Amino acid sequence: MKLFDLRGGVHPEGRKDLSVDHHIRALPLPKKLFVPLQQHIGAHAIPVVNVGDKVLKGQLIAAAQGAVSSSIHAPTSGVVTALGDHVAPHPSGLPVPTITLESDGEDKWVATEITDTPFAYSPEDIAARVAAAGIVGLGGATFPAALKLNLSRNSGVQTLIMNGGECEPYLSCDDRIMRERAVEIIEGIRLIAFAVAAKEVLVGIEDNKPVAIAAMQAAAKSSSVKIVVMPSMYPMGSEKQIIYVLTGKEIPAGGRPSDVGVLVHNVATAFAVQQAIRYGRPLVARIVTVSGGAIKTPCNVEALIGTPVRELIDFADGFSQAATRMVLGGPMMGQQFTHTDVPVVKGTSGVLALTADEIGQAEASPCIRCSSCVRACPVGLLPLEMAAHIRVSDLSGAVDLGLKDCIACGSCSYVCPAHIPLVHFFNYAKGDLAAQERSKLKQEATKKLANARNERIARIERERAEAMAKRKAAKEARERAAAAAKAAMETA
Amino acid sequence: MSRIAHSPHAHAPISIGKVMGTVLLALTPATLFGFWLYGWPAINLWAVSLIAAIVGEAFMLRLQDRAVRPALMDGSGILTAWLLAISLPPAAPWWIAVLGSLFAVIIGKQLFGGLGQNVFNPAMAARVMLLISFPLEMTTWVAPAAQAPSWMDSLRITFLSQPIDGMASASLLGHVKTDYTLGVGLEQSLTGYYLPLDALWGSRVGSMGETAAVLLLLGGLFLIARRIITWHAPVAMLLGVAVPALIFNLINGNHYAGPMVHLLSGGLMLGAFFIVTDPVTSPNTVLGQFIFGLGCGLLTWIIRTWGGYPEGVAFAVLLMNAATPLIDQYIKPRIYGRDRSGVPLPANKGN
Repeated sequence: MKLFDLRGGVHPEGRKDLSVDHHIRALPLPKKLFVPLQQHIGAHAIPVVNVGDKVLKGQLIAAAQGAVSSSIHAPTSGVVTALGDHVAPHPSGLPVPTITLESDGEDKWVATEITDTPFAYSPEDIAARVAAAGIVGLGGATFPAALKLNLSRNSGVQTLIMNGGECEPYLSCDDRIMRERAVEIIEGIRLIAFAVAAKEVLVGIEDNKPVAIAAMQAAAKSSSVKIVVMPSMYPMGSEKQIIYVLTGKEIPAGGRPSDVGVLVHNVATAFAVQQAIRYGRPLVARIVTVSGGAIKTPCNVEALIGTPVRELIDFADGFSQAATRMVLGGPMMGQQFTHTDVPVVKGTSGVLALTADEIGQAEASPCIRCSSCVRACPVGLLPLEMAAHIRVSDLSGAVDLGLKDCIACGSCSYVCPAHIPLVHFFNYAKGDLAAQERSKLKQEATKKLANARNERIARIERERAEAMAKRKAAKEARERAAAAAKAAMETA
Repeated sequence: MSRIAHSPHAHAPISIGKVMGTVLLALTPATLFGFWLYGWPAINLWAVSLIAAIVGEAFMLRLQDRAVRPALMDGSGILTAWLLAISLPPAAPWWIAVLGSLFAVIIGKQLFGGLGQNVFNPAMAARVMLLISFPLEMTTWVAPAAQAPSWMDSLRITFLSQPIDGMASASLLGHVKTDYTLGVGLEQSLTGYYLPLDALWGSRVGSMGETAAVLLLLGGLFLIARRIITWHAPVAMLLGVAVPALIFNLINGNHYAGPMVHLLSGGLMLGAFFIVTDPVTSPNTVLGQFIFGLGCGLLTWIIRTWGGYPEGVAFAVLLMNAATPLIDQYIKPRIYGRDRSGVPLPANKGN
């Protein structure tokens, strides 16, 4: 199959060998689980349990609200001990609304609907069951999966792309799940393809995962699912990039994959879909890579959603040395966290404890315009120029240069010899732009309200004046009539 | 735990210091060859240039209340002085080196705002300033190592401006230009003057580090292999000189020098691999760099052929430096999902 060349890209050191050779192991049942209501893109879920409620594993504890949202289920059986705030899996470490669950140690499943004939369900039914299972994109974007299925079914899917790229260094959770659960993943892929009536199914896997490729090929043998081996390069697993490499199509700026007849899902999401359809099991656990130079025994664990990352690190025999930085996700796009109380959420692909050597970051020095960033950018942007504009608060200048097309992959910052935090500039600018747009909307709304009020006051005054004039006219008429009557009486 | 940092949490093992260090390493063979060729005067001049640049840069940084040490340690000032030094006539007096270095780092670089801010290549700006202001000192060439001056002689040459009799000579391009104005044909004027093998290896009259074409080429290839520079600007510059030289040489061989004479003369090899690849003053896309290199080459050939000066690399580079913002304005990469003019691509759901 003909592949298309990725523009730009970088070759960060993989370091996947730290964790890739260990089998996925289930984490011992934690005593307490902290399940945030917001683990996905969209509106947070609304709790449907109260403190003191006893719940079973897989029971709905918070329901999706609005068009873009996702349900959340109890990761194990136990008692709800708190509905309150807990430290967020986010660099801020701010408290976020969280359901705290104390496990009863039994890990007892709620009654689920099991079927031997998953393809007997209708496509609509499959999407509904995926929604009910609270499945979100497990590659890290955490977009509600059912929503993508529905949107794609309505717009028509030429190519379903399953993303097994896993181009982030250190992470090997997708590699392991493809090695160990290929049969389930292929069934999940076929269910997704069936749900959106895809004409073609491609599974893109980087060539640095030969064992996973072989396992997936064996599992896909008698199906129409095609395994495509892609060169290892970052950011091969980014949605826009994998679409281009496999199909040669580009998503129009500001558009969605469905604009070019493509749907992209992660391979781990396919596993979750298979579990939800065949066994009726909602998404309550995921595979997480625990790795980094400061971790004693890097590994892959199957962790319940809500498990504090401290327990994952302890399971990996703890720290071998003080970590300079701890990261949720991969090193290229992951987010730093500072508190090991933060819980594993649906989007947590990795828990990394990195040493200063691994990070390799130095103080920023002046830009020498070497244009390494221009050559590395997979989108075709001019990171150095964008950063120069943002530095002087010229955000519209940065937008003109394509700020909104930036995918924040970090390739530019990675190669920068001056160690300028380019992506930090871009995300700062994007945040500032969003704030500006919000305040503009607010101003417009305020203006509209003020205008409405002025109009209302004017109308009331006008009406009052009219009423007064009317009363005056009536009074005069009455007086005239009285005078006339008086005159008539006098003449009479 | 350190302060919060934004992704990425991995960085390529590279720094400005390493980039500059690699360029200096690539320059070293040609420079050492120049030292061997011209002896102590060349070494003196090189050392004086570097010291003047370091002192000048430190002074300017201090005036601006900026940290002196990190700015000096990045090696950019040393590289500028080094490039200037090896483009000087080896027997030039010390104050030429000092003036040139100070002009390069103070006016050429720091007054624009320091590293990364200058519009013109500082070494070339200084070379042009010297050439215009001190034409005699800047065009007094010596033949390589006819009689190597002793250490004491070298001090007299460099610091007391006492050229030793019989040392003065003319560079090839200067000689051709002089002969041409005297009405002497090219075939006659090149006889005995242009020896292709000598020119290739570097045993010719010229600036101290410009003559070793092969060593400069190897240094350039080393930088390309280490991904410090790309091939676009150097190849374009060589083409920009070689193609018109070939065409005009075919039209009138007794009037216009051929491509090999041009490629192996003057500062072209140094310019192609070490000057037009200066990231600060060249465009930031590879296509832009190609156009930039092509312009440098063409202008060099035009100045050499019809201009008032025998050599044109420095002038050509400065002219193209001025055109860099213009090139960057018009040559931009196409953004994913947009056409060349920035309009989003149309949706395409079928095949």
